[in-house]
Order: sequence, then C-alpha cells, then structure tokens
Amino acid sequence: MRKIKIIVEKCNGCEECLSSCLFSAIKIENKRVRILDNCNLCGACIDACPFQAIVLEQEEIRVDLSSYRGVWIFVEQRKGEIMPVTYELLGMGRTLANDLGEELSGVLLGSHMRGKAEELLNYDLEKIYLIEDPLLESYRTHLYTQVIVDLVNHKKPEIILMGATSLGRDLAPRVATRLQTGLTADCTGLEIDKKERNLIQTRPALGGNIMARIISPYHRPQMATVRPKVMKRARPGHSKKAEIIEIEPKVSQDNEAVKIISLIREEKEAVDLQGAEIIVSGGRGLGKPENFSLMRKLADLLGGAVGASRAVVDAGWIQPYHQVGQTGKTVQPKLYIACGISGAIQHQVGMRTSEVIVAINKDPEAPIFNIATYGIVEDLHKFLPVLIEKLEERGKS
Amino acid sequence: MDFSLSDDQKMILELVEEVSQAEFALRADEISKKGEFPGENIKKLVELDLFGVTIPKEYDGLGMDYLTWTLVSEKISKACATTGLIFGANLLCTYPLLVFGTEDQKRKFLPPLARGEALGAFALTEPEAGSDAGNVQTIAKKGEDHYTLNGSKIFITNGEVAHTYIVITTMDRSLGPRGLTAFILEKGTSGFSFGQHFEKMGLSALPNVELIFHDCRVPKENLLSKEKRGFRVAMQTFAAGRIGVGIGALGVAEAAFEEAKKYSKQRVQFGRSISSFQAIQHTLADMATEIEAAKYLLYRAAWLLDQGKPFEKIASMGKLYASEVAMKVTTKAVQILGGYGYTKDYPVERYMREAKLFEIIEGTSEIQRGVIANKILKE
Amino acid sequence: MNIIVCIKQVPDTEQLQKVKVDPQTNTLVREGVPGIINPFDENAIEEALRLKEKKGGKVNVLSMGPSQAAESLRKALAMGVDEAVLLSDRLFAGSDTLATSYTLAMAIKRIGPFDLILLGKQAIDGDTAQVGPGLAEWLNLPQITYARKIEVNEDKIRVERVLEDVFEVVESPLPVVVTVTKDINEPRYPSLRGLIRAKKEKIPTWTAEDLPLDKRRIGLEGSPTQVVKVFIPKPPRKGDILSGEISQVVDKLILEMEKRSII
Repeated sequence: MRKIKIIVEKCNGCEECLSSCLFSAIKIENKRVRILDNCNLCGACIDACPFQAIVLEQEEIRVDLSSYRGVWIFVEQRKGEIMPVTYELLGMGRTLANDLGEELSGVLLGSHMRGKAEELLNYDLEKIYLIEDPLLESYRTHLYTQVIVDLVNHKKPEIILMGATSLGRDLAPRVATRLQTGLTADCTGLEIDKKERNLIQTRPALGGNIMARIISPYHRPQMATVRPKVMKRARPGHSKKAEIIEIEPKVSQDNEAVKIISLIREEKEAVDLQGAEIIVSGGRGLGKPENFSLMRKLADLLGGAVGASRAVVDAGWIQPYHQVGQTGKTVQPKLYIACGISGAIQHQVGMRTSEVIVAINKDPEAPIFNIATYGIVEDLHKFLPVLIEKLEERGKS
Repeated sequence: MDFSLSDDQKMILELVEEVSQAEFALRADEISKKGEFPGENIKKLVELDLFGVTIPKEYDGLGMDYLTWTLVSEKISKACATTGLIFGANLLCTYPLLVFGTEDQKRKFLPPLARGEALGAFALTEPEAGSDAGNVQTIAKKGEDHYTLNGSKIFITNGEVAHTYIVITTMDRSLGPRGLTAFILEKGTSGFSFGQHFEKMGLSALPNVELIFHDCRVPKENLLSKEKRGFRVAMQTFAAGRIGVGIGALGVAEAAFEEAKKYSKQRVQFGRSISSFQAIQHTLADMATEIEAAKYLLYRAAWLLDQGKPFEKIASMGKLYASEVAMKVTTKAVQILGGYGYTKDYPVERYMREAKLFEIIEGTSEIQRGVIANKILKE
Repeated sequence: MNIIVCIKQVPDTEQLQKVKVDPQTNTLVREGVPGIINPFDENAIEEALRLKEKKGGKVNVLSMGPSQAAESLRKALAMGVDEAVLLSDRLFAGSDTLATSYTLAMAIKRIGPFDLILLGKQAIDGDTAQVGPGLAEWLNLPQITYARKIEVNEDKIRVERVLEDVFEVVESPLPVVVTVTKDINEPRYPSLRGLIRAKKEKIPTWTAEDLPLDKRRIGLEGSPTQVVKVFIPKPPRKGDILSGEISQVVDKLILEMEKRSII
C-alpha cells in the first residue's frame, strides 16, 4: 500500500511541484498544497520539491513470491504458422532469464504443432510446453485462458511475455485478471531490477507523449505484452538443449461460448499497411479526394502502401483502413512519406517511430517538420509530379 | 451592456463550431466546384436540431432567441457560405409563418420545418420585380375555396429542394404594392413546377431556380395574413432576413480574413514574412476592425428583434455594412495572397466571388440605403 | 435490449499539443487540459444507440473517474443514452486496469440485468486495452474484442473482428462483452435538444460505499501494477530541411533513399 503525503511544515509554497505534475493532480488551495484523486504516484513531484516536503509512504508487505521461477514466452501461432513476434519475445526472454538466473520456456497451444515445436528447438531456451487439442487449433479466448491459467497455477512462472498482437491483447488481460496479477500492455522496454527481482516494464502512455515505468512488486507472475517490431529477434542456431514437454489440456467445447463462423479476407490493398516497408500518406494538403491517385502512384512506384491522416478519412476522401494515427493504425515502416499532412500529435503518434520520415508540406510551421528526417517545404502538387517522374525514369534505366 | 454569452449559448456554439469545421469547411471547396447541393451538410443541421432554433417549443422547435440563431448562422457561414445561405433562407419561411400565420397554419407547417423534415423558401423576386417589389406580376385569382396562381419567380433560394414556400402574388396589378398577397404553397401542388436555373458567379451549389405557376390551385386556408396585405408580409420578412444575409456575409469575411492572416505569416518575401510589413499590417488591421463593427451591428439587430423592439433600421445597417465589408475584405484577402490568391488552389478567390451576392440579395445596398435614410429622416 | 456502455474521460491530446515542454526540467507544462470522451468509447455509445433504435430497450452509461468525468457522461446523455452513472471516490484513485475492471464489474452488478456490455477497444491515454477483457472475466462472460460490425439476432450476437490481416466472424450467445474499433460506425453529434436536456439531468455518483465490493480490490491496494516513474521521451532528432530548386531537391532525396538502401 503506497500513499503520498505532504509534510506541511516543510512546504514552502514555492509551487515547484505544480509544474512537475504531468497529470495536473496538484492544486494550491489557500497556499497549501493538495494532491488530487487522479494522482498516479509517479513521484515526479517528490523529485521536484526542493524542500523534500512530499513523501511516498510504503506499508511493509510481506509476500512470499520465491516459489515463482522462470520466464515464459507465449508462442503465438496462427493457422499453424509461428508469428514473427515470437522470435522477438525469445530474444528478450533470454536476456531476462539470464539476468534472473532462471529458465526460459515457450508455451505453445494448438493442434498438430509438434513439428513447429521442434523447429523452436533451434532457439536458445530451456523448455517448450506443448499443449495440443483439436479445440485449440485456432485461438479462442476461454479455452486458451483456461489452459494457460492451469499451467501457470501448476508451474508458477515468474514472468510471462506475450506479443501485443490482436491475439495477445485479447488473451493476456483475461489471463491476468483470472490470476489476479499485474499486466502491462504494449511494452517497448523490459529489464530486470536485480535487487528486487522485479521486472521493470517501460511503455508509452498519453498517446506516446510520455513514457511510464511500471512494476508489479507484490504479484506473480508478472505479465507483459510486448509491442511487435521493437525488440530484437532471437537468432536460431543453438545446440538443441531444450526439451519439449507435452501437457494434456483439460478442455471441452462447453467452456467456450464464442464460435468462429468464418474469415473474411478483403484484399483491397496489395500491401498490408502495418506490414509495409514504405508508406506514402496523404492529408488535407492534397486538396481534394482525387489527388489520392498521386499517393497511389507514388506508393506503387516504391512498392509501398497508402496511408492517410484522420482529417481526410473523416471527410470521406479515403477508407478508414488507411488511417494512421492515434485512433487509426500505428506503423513503423522504413520510409514514411507524409504529403500535405500537418503532423498533429495524434497523427505523429501513429508513425513517428518510422525509420525515415519525409515530409512535404507548404507550411513551414507544420509540426510534422519537427519529426521529419527530411523536410521539404514545397507545394506537394509541384513537388510530387517531379519526384514521380524521376522515379519512373530511374525505374526504366 | 452585457456582451457575454450564456452557458447554453456557449455549449451550442461549441457544438456548431465543431461540426462546421470538421464537416462543412472540408466539403466547401468541393461542393462549390461540383455545384452539388450539400445534402450531407443539411442532414447534419437536421440531426443537430438547428432548424428548430427559433421555432417555439409548442411547434416542435427549441424556442430560442434570434441572437442565438445569428451566432449559429455565423459559424456555419464561416465554414461554408452555401450551407449558411440554405440555412438562412429557411428563416424567410418560418419567420412570416410565426408572425402572420393563423394557429392552424402554424400547427400544420411549423413542426416539419422545425424538425428539418421540410425545408423552407420565400418567393417574391420575378423577372420584372427585383428591387421594385411592388411590380410583382404573378396573379392570384380568387375561386370558391381556393385561389389560382399564374406566373413565375426567379432566383429563389432553396427553390426545388424546399417543401414549403411563402409566395408573394398580386391580386390586382394596378394596385402595385397594395395588391400584393401572400400564400403558403407546398411542393407537389398541381400547377406548381420548377424551371430554369442559372449558372452563377459563385455559390454554384446554392439552389436558385425558377418557380412556375400554371393554374396552380392553392387552398384558401393557405392565404397568409389577409388579401392585399402581402406587402407587409414581404417587408417584415425582409427586415428579419437582412440579419440572416448580413451574418452570412460576415461569415465569408471572417473566413477570408483568417486565410489572409495565416498566409501573411507564412509568406516570406524580401527575407521576412509579409506580415511584418506595415502595408500588410494596416490592411489586416482595417479588415479586422470592419469585421468587428459589422458583427456588433448584426448582433444588436438580432437582440432588438428578440426584445420586440424596432429593429428594421439596425438590421438594414447591419446587412448593408456587413455585405460591403465582406466585399472589401475578400478583395483584400486575394490581394494579400497575391498571385496565389488569384488561383483556385486557395479559397480566397471563391470567397470574393461569394461575397458579391450579399450586396445584391435581400434588398440591394441601394435599397438598404434608401430604407435607412427613410428611417433616420423620420426620427 | 439492455445495453451498458463503459466510458472513460481522457485528456484531449489536441489541446496537449499546445502545451510547452520546459527545456530545463524536461516536463510538460500543462494546465487543466480539457477532457473528452475516449474516441473509441464514442463509437461504443453510438453502436449502443443504433442497437437500441433497432431492437428497443435501454442504454446505460457508466464511467469511473474524478468528478469532471461527469461532463463526458453528460455528453453521452446528450447523444441519447437513457441513464448515466459516475463512479467516483478517493478510494478508487490509483486504480490500474485490474482494479478498474473490478470496480466497473461491481457497479454493473448493481445496475442490474443486461444483454450486452460495450466498450471502446482502448483508452487513448492508457492505451492498454485491458479493461474490456478484465471486465468480462470478473463478470464471467464471454468477450469479443476489436469489433467492426455487430448484428444481434434474438439472443445471439454476430461480430466481425478486425485482426491483423483478416476479419474474423464470430458468434456468441448473450450476454457478452464487446470492445469496438473505430471502423464500426461514425458517432453522431449530440443534438441541441439532447444537449439542453442533458444539461438539466442529475447524474448520480456512486462511491465505494454504494457498491457491493471488497475494498482490498479497489484503488491502489487492488492494483498489482505500480507506476514508478513517468518521463518525457527524448524528442526524436530533428532532421534536415531540403531546400532549393525542386528538381535538385528531388535528386537529393532519391540519393538519400539510395544511400539508406530504401530504394
């Protein structure tokens, strides 16, 4: 139990704490500092106070967590194929397991996955828990949750990592709630606090405006979903030291109310936006919907996908599928070309971790130029045709 | 004098601003270029209950004041003059119904107008009757339980899309203004059809068509006010309408001013942004001052109308001034944007073309000056 | 159909943009940024209203937050929901997603029987997407996440889910918890009538005392995760502005892309 307190005698009324609070959770009333209900206990004000008038009180809690050992990663499979994020988890998991001096295990659910489990033996881990049943062939919330919770209660891992994919973000909170343990979503950084044996989870919040460091000191297992394409992938080529342990699942159809009826593939885009290496994105500066053809042309030339800002999607110039940003998709291509996009924070949040950002906008004050690797202050209607022409020529030669 | 907005007004205007900027402003260019009636925008106005602002609650309206209506109209017009005018023209139908209608007429016609299910229009202008309103030629002949209309109207805003029309006819051409008679006419009435529609200098998406009456039978219950009292209906409707048209002009002026201001800060010549040159600064200062003055004339006219006080003079002044300010401001805006301002890449040339109409409709500037002179000389 | 929508008031990041960063302390200088309804929750409210328009019934909206969250509930009322309840108490402060979903679940137990619970897929401040599934777990209900289309027939619900590269169509009996994506609909603006009506309505506030809950599971005490530090990420390095004659700039750009092996 942690509580934040103001030591009134030490408080000088200097108001340094006010400006340090990112959540506007501090108010000065009658020259006294008051901490509001939305205080997050992040401790920024404690650091900021020159008189040490703010303290965090911690109740001593004794919880025996020593029986929880080992780092697990969830091996995500879809249609019998292992998803790329798994290898990123393997890389990260290995580091964490080493820091803890513990084993790294993979947990794989499915049907007829033995072959894939054996492929994983090429990676640096100690165990692979293989749980097979026809009912587990495709991901279903209740069934997967039950299997994993049973296994966790049995084997007591210290840490469980999953990919922050649509599957992971559906499964992890269900598991964490059933286990009544802490879960941190969409982590971009993970490390071990060796003193306390806590997993320090770093993740973006407030749309990426701030980063938060989070721990679950009194609960196990510590769960985290990891943002895909951020961590380094593990490399295969290790001596096969891992063992595959088959577990009998206790599942029945009655457990799962939700049935999968069908899958719809809408192949409107040749290139999936989130998987694209190059994205050409258009905003209000395009002027009118017809000008998206310019985006399409450039994207096709570069072998990329077409993205869009929220404004033009809302105006009906292009389908919502293409929207990049806080309420759209988050993308991390090698190259992001923003055309006529002012680059408001909500858009930036969806694309600013792209490797290279090229911005074309006739407004030199456009915020996009603050994050662009290459900024071009030009009218896109003049610039793009020249770029397209030269790329076409280059393609021919 | 308390110039502050009430909480309700602030709440409403925040919503109208949000919708206007998120939707109407984005589509304005496109609908103008295509000459397409802004159906989506009108739908939004209906969903927001905006057509019911000045209609009393007992007729399904919101029972609010004309000042609030004016403030709402300003925001709409700033985002899209066409939508603002369609919205404003509706008032020319609801206002005379409220002032001159019988209880039965109000109960029949106002609720659909308040709910936006029907759109309104006002039809006086004819090929031979513009400023000379008394020269209306459309004749209404009295029958047993009906009147028969023959004639035509031109340049009627909302013509063809509107459902409910206030039509000014004459029962005796020799009487001039004293023969005028007003009727409520519904679309679909036999003998009532639509004719040509003109390609305009601007506001191409604004519906302005010819109305044709050929032995059109109007039930006698649809007589508005009394026979040969139509001139009064027209004049009073125009007085209120002037506020609407004035605020429409103000909206265009404000939009043009924002563009000019923004551009002047961005545009660099001679090594500095042009907003640092005195010539531009003085021009912007003049534009801002004129806009501010026009605003308060119009707000005051609406306030007077709400108070039940005589408002016609101030309304006329407001319309005259705002429309001339709009013309000046939009012209200066094009000037500030220079060569680019003259192209269709920027909206200011459109604003300038749009502004011109406001000096003409709802009583030309010449007529307004006459009205004002008339009033002030009597005082 | 009785539908319950859980919403959250979040800071309007559009306003956040106008905020300055103090270069000395590297902190955001922010003063009372206005709150808005979490955009995805607006989609949830809209979907609930549409379902009610089709099937009849009632829509309740619920939010856990400080007293300002009532503004968001009021906006939901203005959009057309039938009833709104604010869960607010000092004891709820510091809740992580486990404690939040628990508190919401207990409040829903007090609200009464329902057919469907809708939420936005995630809140744009926390971005965790954990409350929906957590809520479903506490209430022992099936969950369907990332819905872009919902159809209700009798007592069954059919949902199209947005996955990475495919849309999955699933079916479930009611009641169920569904989280929605932006694709599902275009939220309506409140009408003036709605705004005026909502302004006058009293929104009840339920505190911890009003709910059948275990105080150890709420607020800080009920939150296994703790934030130990919050910081502003290093701003990405500002790049270069390429200037000059267009043809030259294009050449330079293509050269840079080639150097980086992008093309």
